[in-house]
Amino acid sequence: MTGKSRAPNLMVFGVLLCLGLLFLVLPAYHAGNLARIMVLAVYAMGYNLLFGYTGLLSLGHAMFFAAGMYGLGLSMTGWGLSPVPAFAVGVGAATLASAIIGFLALRTRGVAFMIVTLMFAQAGYLVILYFGAYTRGDEGFVIQQADRMIAGIDLSGDAARYFTAFILFAVCFLGLAWLVRAPFGRTLIAIRENEERAQMLGYDTTMYKLRAMIVSGAISGAAGAGYALLFGYVGATFATVQYSIFPLLWVLLGGAGTLIGPLVGVFFMFYLIDISSAVTSAYMLIAGLALVLLTLFAPQGFAGELRKRVFAWLP
Amino acid sequence: MAAVEILKTVGLTKTYAGLKANTDVNFVLPRGKVTALIGPNGAGKSTFVGMLSGRTPATSGDVFFEGRNINALPAHKRIQLGIAYTFQITSVFAGLSVHENVAVAARRIAGGDQSALNARVGEALARVGLSERADQIAGDLSYGHQRVLEIAMGLVQAPKIFILDEPTQGLSDSEVEDFIALIGSLAGETTVLLIEHNMSVVMRTADFITVLNNGSVLARGTPEQVRADRHVQAAYLGTPDA
Ligand SMILES: Nc1ncnc2c1ncn2[C@@H]1O[C@H](COP(=O)(O)OP(=O)(O)O)[C@@H](O)[C@H]1O
Ligand SMILES: [Mg+2]
Repeated sequence: MTGKSRAPNLMVFGVLLCLGLLFLVLPAYHAGNLARIMVLAVYAMGYNLLFGYTGLLSLGHAMFFAAGMYGLGLSMTGWGLSPVPAFAVGVGAATLASAIIGFLALRTRGVAFMIVTLMFAQAGYLVILYFGAYTRGDEGFVIQQADRMIAGIDLSGDAARYFTAFILFAVCFLGLAWLVRAPFGRTLIAIRENEERAQMLGYDTTMYKLRAMIVSGAISGAAGAGYALLFGYVGATFATVQYSIFPLLWVLLGGAGTLIGPLVGVFFMFYLIDISSAVTSAYMLIAGLALVLLTLFAPQGFAGELRKRVFAWLP
Repeated sequence: MAAVEILKTVGLTKTYAGLKANTDVNFVLPRGKVTALIGPNGAGKSTFVGMLSGRTPATSGDVFFEGRNINALPAHKRIQLGIAYTFQITSVFAGLSVHENVAVAARRIAGGDQSALNARVGEALARVGLSERADQIAGDLSYGHQRVLEIAMGLVQAPKIFILDEPTQGLSDSEVEDFIALIGSLAGETTVLLIEHNMSVVMRTADFITVLNNGSVLARGTPEQVRADRHVQAAYLGTPDA
């Protein structure tokens, strides 16, 4: 057992080392992309904890992403908070939202859970539009560059943005690497595999699922807050159902229930759209085709297939 | 001094949409003994143990564990009290390794101490003869091995009461012998409630037998008493020589 347990740690630190070093070699355009990818990967990792590890398919995570985004954005523009406490407000808002929605939605399961989470997120989107006086509705609002400073560092600068995204990613990645191998994470996996069995082994599975939902929502909120802070824009698009579907796609592509899958999935989809839209205006067609092919030939996603065929130890 | 009985039911009843699966079952489980629950298919045995473990909500009646009424406790809380339960239809974590299956069962008790946990899991796997298969995926095991794995998942909890619902179903003769030896090794420490169709297993392991028929207790006593009972012979065992 001990020999095998080193490999996952090496993988985790190897990934972080690569991401840290890539900034030095990548042209500015791709470094900017990678900053965005890392923040979105945080969102995907939050989603993956609930979907990939716990087996709960939510269609309402855009609400938690948006709660983080608006929590940070509104507290900066409305209350004049500085980025760090505003970030905490964003994460707090997403945590609260996921606790409430988890408490209500976890009374259902399967398709009903999908529909209930979708409805709550849709209600959240409508709330954003309803309070357009504050949120500026669909149009959204910009967080001024002058306000996006931490300890005198301008977060809109290439290096500062990249490494802030990197730190956010690294904290979540390390935290989840630990969590999914800790007793809590193992129990979530057991619930995903066979909930009734886990219950009849003495686990309060509803409580575990609620906690997974809250951690998942908090991480998604951190991603939303980070996105708003680093890219300076807050808008209702991020609360639409599209942004609930994205993390599902990313995670499916990269490998549900794998640690590295979310990053791989976001990276792949981001560049798939980036490259195909340079070639043709029908880029969604190419993206769609690639997705179909991948589902046919790698149904477990990239990291999932790797785990199945080569590295059984992948966490 | 501890009570002789560890668990008791009074008037336990289960109705499924008009069908009475259990009617007014009064039952006593003696501590540290092996009690077999027998009866024809559909007699209500699984329903009864489901109501003990909390898996099946009772329609009416009471369940007492160590003198305390546990009617209001959900299943996971009853398991936490020390009632381990194996399903009649094998239920393991098919996608996880054999080791991890048992580890999930043990972790709730052993907590985060990895080496203590591994020792516990290793011991349980050794007791059921699955040590060499620890790294296999549970879903890849043969049916018999999956049944035995489920028994290891119960054992590793060091339960006060171990409820087994037809554990020998589908086991080979040699696996059945191993099972009988295993139950023998639990004598005194663990209270066993065994639902069993194989009469030779019942006669060789049970200290007491309760016979259920049409959802009601038909007879109870030592194996000799039950074997001699006229009602049981008529309803279930067939002729005395069977
Ligand atoms: N979930 C259920 N819904 C409806 N009827 C059930 C259910 N479970 C069991 N029954 C019925 O209750 C009776 C007792 O079943 P069961 O407890 O499984 O018997 P046994 O384990 O002794 O074979 C049977 O008639 C069965 O059809
Ligand atoms: Mg049965």
